[in-house]
Amino acid sequence: MELTNLTVREAHELLKIKKISSVELTQATLNRIRDTDSKIKSYITVTDELALQQARRADERLAKGENITPLTGVPYSLKDSLSTRSVRTTCASKILEDYVPQYNATVVDKLNDAGAVLLGKTNMDEFGMGSSCENSAFFNTHNPWNLNHVAGGSSGGAAAAVAAGMGAFSIGEDTGGSVRMPAAFCGVTGLKPTYGRVSRYGVISLASSFDCVGPLARNAYDCALVLEAIAGHDSHDSTTYQEKVPQYAANLNKSIEKMRIGIPKEYFVAGMDAGVESALQEAIRQLEKLGAEIREVSLPHTQYGLPVYYLLQVAEASSNLARFDGMRFGMSVSKNAQDSLDIYLQTRRDGFGDEVKRRIMLGAYALSAGYYDAYYLKAQKTRTLLRRDFETAFASCDILLAPTSPMPAFKLGEKINDPLAMYLSDVCTVSTNPAGVPALTVPCGFSNNLPVGMQLIGKHLDEQTLFQVAHAYQQETDWHERLPSL
Amino acid sequence: MSTIDTKTVKHIANLVRLGISDEETQTFSGQFSSIIEHFTMLNEVNTDDIPSASDFTNAENVLREDVVQPSMSREEFLKNAPLSERGYVKVLTVLGEG
Repeated sequence: MELTNLTVREAHELLKIKKISSVELTQATLNRIRDTDSKIKSYITVTDELALQQARRADERLAKGENITPLTGVPYSLKDSLSTRSVRTTCASKILEDYVPQYNATVVDKLNDAGAVLLGKTNMDEFGMGSSCENSAFFNTHNPWNLNHVAGGSSGGAAAAVAAGMGAFSIGEDTGGSVRMPAAFCGVTGLKPTYGRVSRYGVISLASSFDCVGPLARNAYDCALVLEAIAGHDSHDSTTYQEKVPQYAANLNKSIEKMRIGIPKEYFVAGMDAGVESALQEAIRQLEKLGAEIREVSLPHTQYGLPVYYLLQVAEASSNLARFDGMRFGMSVSKNAQDSLDIYLQTRRDGFGDEVKRRIMLGAYALSAGYYDAYYLKAQKTRTLLRRDFETAFASCDILLAPTSPMPAFKLGEKINDPLAMYLSDVCTVSTNPAGVPALTVPCGFSNNLPVGMQLIGKHLDEQTLFQVAHAYQQETDWHERLPSL
Repeated sequence: MSTIDTKTVKHIANLVRLGISDEETQTFSGQFSSIIEHFTMLNEVNTDDIPSASDFTNAENVLREDVVQPSMSREEFLKNAPLSERGYVKVLTVLGEG
């Protein structure tokens, strides 16, 4: 039995019957990180001491048999955009390189309460701006299936860590595909929940009307367990839903007979990688065999998803990142500064990477007088049409099925000098965030020995159906159980 | 084709308080032009009578009693401030001595 390949569910079963201890499991995972992460580079910070301390506490809980949750004693990692009290939180930016938050994100408090064990903080594109993890200010993360390829972004470290056995699950954050795309590229299961299902309190903001915290794990069942632990209303985030969090995992063994699965034709377009397309077609046949009813649907405004998403995202990011001014926290460059303006200019010049600079400026441009109507307002109106597309499709379908990405992981360096080409790689994931609907990516095959992801998109607050379909599929297939050789 | 010239780039950089070099200004000008050009495809969409998307969550006013609760101490709060003095964040001159 390889401890580092256990699913959350398997680890929980073994911990509960005391076949293994959390300290044992945590130490094995820390050893795996020590031995393997020099190749992958998925962690920015490893919290060895804290992890073992939390593992000992979890073992006490397990010994007493009190207050045990499915995550008690299970080791996990956090994207470095989630604030952790007393643990450095960088957002993969130089401007926050030495920043140690004074408080926890609500999600972190919830995972602490559940008894989960924090291994460390994972690499990402700076402030979540990127699709390959190459915009990290510190280093690139490599795809565990082929080290010359990207892990995807922005939660590339999170996806690579789960794929390479460096944590049973990970918490990522998805603004336009940042959980789903790296999960697909690395062959793991990842969820972008409904906007407002999981608290954003303590999450360093990219675009506040899109940002969603979600789990990455080895299968849909584990994602369901983690979502149960982190979802729910939070008085610190007024956009969170009041609705009770369902017992997702307990209700997964339902048949998907007669489930109406819509295939949006706009997502299967010319130029799509042939291996991705055949993997998707095979997955559709598999679901049909399980009794699902497949039907073609149309989301007519899909092609506008990308400009809508990017225009609004850069506008929101531009405002959100105004807080990095070198005055209250983070890097401060005051060399020969005469006044506060000098500090702003120097700090932001030295602290932000190129992509962050581009987006802050593009956002300010889209919001500026004379361009506001043509760009920002136009995008907000088209966003309404994107949302209506989904409403229309869901009138005749229970879920939608599409590729997570039109191609598998591309090579490191391939797109980094062409920002527009990098943006275009998000084409299959960006439309769900402006609409607020949940989406789950599930491994469904390989193309050129690189994993392919199938994306299931659901109705608002209907994560349950996504988990149910994915779980039924994963009972019949073993793509999610394949491991990269490292 | 819409272009964003170097003068506009410098103007925006100043608005967002970002120091950038002449070389960066050149690069950004080219990149912004092609990105904005791509965004203009939205002009094809008929949005007459379409409302702007406001909020997709359960957007209701959230109110609570105004009750004093414990919060972070001033000392703790100032821990990350580059400069502080007597319990305040310290900054350089904001307004000139006009």
